[in-house]
Amino acid sequence: MQTSGWLQLGLYVIALTAITKPMGLYLMQVLDINGKTWLDPLLRPLERLTFRVMGVDPQKEHNWKQYTWAMLLFSLVSCLFTYAILRLQQILPLNPQGFGPMSEHLAFNTAVSFTTNTNWQSYVGESTLSYLAQMVGLTLPNFTSAATGIAIAAALVRGIARHGAKTLGNFWVDLVRTTYYLLLPICVVFAIFLVSQGMIQNFKPYTKAKLTESFTTQVPKTDDKGQQVMTNIAVMVQAPKLDTKGQPMMTNGVAVVVDVPQLDAKGQPMMTNVVVMVDQKVEEQTIVQGPMASQVAIKMLGTNGGGYANANAAHPFENPTPLSNFLQMLSIFAIGSGLTYYLGRMTKNQAHGWSVWAAMMVLFLAGVLICWYAESAGNPIHHQLGVVVADGNMEGKEVRFGIFNSALFATITTDASCGAVNAMHDSFTALGGLVPIFNIQLGEVVVGGVGAGLYGMLVFVVLAVFIAGLMVGRTPEYLGKKIQSYEVKMAMLSLLVLAISILGFTAWAAVSDWGLAGLNNAGAHGFSEIFYAYSSATGNNGSAFAGLTANTPWYNTTLALAMLIGRFLMIIPIMGMAGSLALKKVSPPSAGTFPVSGFTFVVLLLGTVLLIGALNFLPGLALGPIVEHFLTAQGKLF
Amino acid sequence: MKELFSELRGAIMVTVVLALVCCGIYPLIVFGIGQAVFRDKANGSLIVDKDGTVRGSKLLGQGFTGEKYFHPRPSAAGNGYDAANSSGSNLGPTSQKLNDAMKDRIDAYRKENSLNAADAIPADAVTASGSGLDPDISVKNALLQLARVAKARGLELKKAEDLIRQNTDKADLGFLGDEGVNVLTLNLALDQLGGK
Repeated sequence: MQTSGWLQLGLYVIALTAITKPMGLYLMQVLDINGKTWLDPLLRPLERLTFRVMGVDPQKEHNWKQYTWAMLLFSLVSCLFTYAILRLQQILPLNPQGFGPMSEHLAFNTAVSFTTNTNWQSYVGESTLSYLAQMVGLTLPNFTSAATGIAIAAALVRGIARHGAKTLGNFWVDLVRTTYYLLLPICVVFAIFLVSQGMIQNFKPYTKAKLTESFTTQVPKTDDKGQQVMTNIAVMVQAPKLDTKGQPMMTNGVAVVVDVPQLDAKGQPMMTNVVVMVDQKVEEQTIVQGPMASQVAIKMLGTNGGGYANANAAHPFENPTPLSNFLQMLSIFAIGSGLTYYLGRMTKNQAHGWSVWAAMMVLFLAGVLICWYAESAGNPIHHQLGVVVADGNMEGKEVRFGIFNSALFATITTDASCGAVNAMHDSFTALGGLVPIFNIQLGEVVVGGVGAGLYGMLVFVVLAVFIAGLMVGRTPEYLGKKIQSYEVKMAMLSLLVLAISILGFTAWAAVSDWGLAGLNNAGAHGFSEIFYAYSSATGNNGSAFAGLTANTPWYNTTLALAMLIGRFLMIIPIMGMAGSLALKKVSPPSAGTFPVSGFTFVVLLLGTVLLIGALNFLPGLALGPIVEHFLTAQGKLF
Repeated sequence: MKELFSELRGAIMVTVVLALVCCGIYPLIVFGIGQAVFRDKANGSLIVDKDGTVRGSKLLGQGFTGEKYFHPRPSAAGNGYDAANSSGSNLGPTSQKLNDAMKDRIDAYRKENSLNAADAIPADAVTASGSGLDPDISVKNALLQLARVAKARGLELKKAEDLIRQNTDKADLGFLGDEGVNVLTLNLALDQLGGK
């Protein structure tokens, strides 16, 4: 844990703190139909035109059911739009590499994934998707799923701030204004900055570069029709080697093994088909091209996280320099952090907004420090082999980011529901990898996804207030509104849905052949791969222990279901709670009112998040990363 | 029911309008400005020979195994440094496969660079990067390879060391990120020097 790391962490926290208030004030204008921004001369006409084309009256507000319905309908339409592009990319323009259509289950998984702001990737972007599929099929939901999250958060905050009101705002207005006034302008500037750092933005076909040193590799042999040539060989198994007396031969107490043909029930050797491999000389490197910067800007700002390339933000084009890395990390938290200020402004209790922010920062810093510590300490098994101990765990990490920036990025991307990665979490040490899983399982309420983090955290605030009320034997109040059984039911419903989806699907996959078939690692780490996958999908994060081969019909479908559950079955009860809160009258604070700001509140909120968030998942974590930590210490390999 | 579906027109039309604005106008603005102001970078920071042959990208690593070249990190991208197939190994801390691979790499690294069995090896030299395309190696990794490369080329150590320094990317703003030596540009610079 070097000095430069502390300096970078300090700079990050200072920068984040500095942008929180300006972002919150700007959000006040964006999320108000009559708000004023300096972009009005340019964007007002576009906004008006959009509402006219849609046939929407922007002054007419929705009640909670209408708001939710509009959101669901829009999500459905945009999901179908993306699905259609993924399935039809081979006949659409901007496909210089001539990629074919995605399979049904992969396209379903991908369309759901981007619509729900998850951006889980079962595919390898650079060898699967045309430029049009990236630029339109995926970039559109990148914008709209982010705007949708912010809209839901705004509706909930209005529900808290208003009293005796039936309506929560107009979904279409929030969606369109957030996209035009907030996301687009920042993305234009951010994307151009990213190009200045070395990120590509073009429409050229992939470039062929001549290698200085050519090399030979083995590839499957194909016939004239492009089909792989197969051959039939005997299946070999290992058996103990026997001596002339029929006794197993031993060396140093270990049986010597030899390969023998496996026999079937009739005593015949079993045969299998294998692909014939041939040598191929590789003289060229194929370099990815395409419209990357415009997509990556919204991928980070909108906490989407779906990479243009398979390696995501670890790819040198997708994150060329430490400076691009720093601003990508800042952009993940920018809007979510600003929304806490927006909360304070709207509820006329700025201390409440800052207290929620402070609770988030405590959890954030704890996560960074643990992950950084674990990755710096490295893997004792690899130290034994003769690796420099001070270098830490570099497997899956890039030299230009080093240990600290990899740990910081991993913490931020899972605190938020971003899911972009600049290092491979699958290769983190056991405890380093525990931090991302744990962050996701807390519900991504540490700043969180744009909008989703705030409404998730407000669920915990309602529960914290409720618990405080129970402790003193008083009807719980939140900002002057009585928290009654309906609100608590809705809050608990949204949390239980997450736990059921994560634990249920993990348990199912862990005992199924289709689940185990996808594993890249054996032992406890294999379980962690499954556990991470369903946590990430349900939490709409999208990062992965990426060794898991998830591009199978079973995984694609179950993960897509987990994403839908985690997104919409969480939002619906929250909107119900917002609608109920908006109707309530405000009673003036009295001596017995529990204050929702200050030290006591922050501690209570942290306790609620940790207890409710963690308890459900501790048994699972014990089977995965925790046991793996002890196995690593003992040098056990799988 | 009628009220529920009255929003359908809005949902469809807003999808069309936002697709035009966010997926048409916006990427084209970035494309236009990027190509006008940062032409080289927007097209992949390509390294092009005098005769117009593309040799690679400054940002992407390439495989090198010859003794007169500095060697990059192990790569899990396709068959190694496949820039259309970026990937890490995704092997976990208790992976036997990773352990075996690292053991072999450490032995090979010691042998190639005439190191002792007790010498600790820089972690980046024997681990695969996240992308499989990491262009950089650590400075200490480059310095350990220096003697081998200089000898194979009959170069003065000092001259090769200067080249390492010239091809080192410093931390941004002095403290952001870690410094690294760009292996491809370093090796191409070595070839430029001529010699054997």
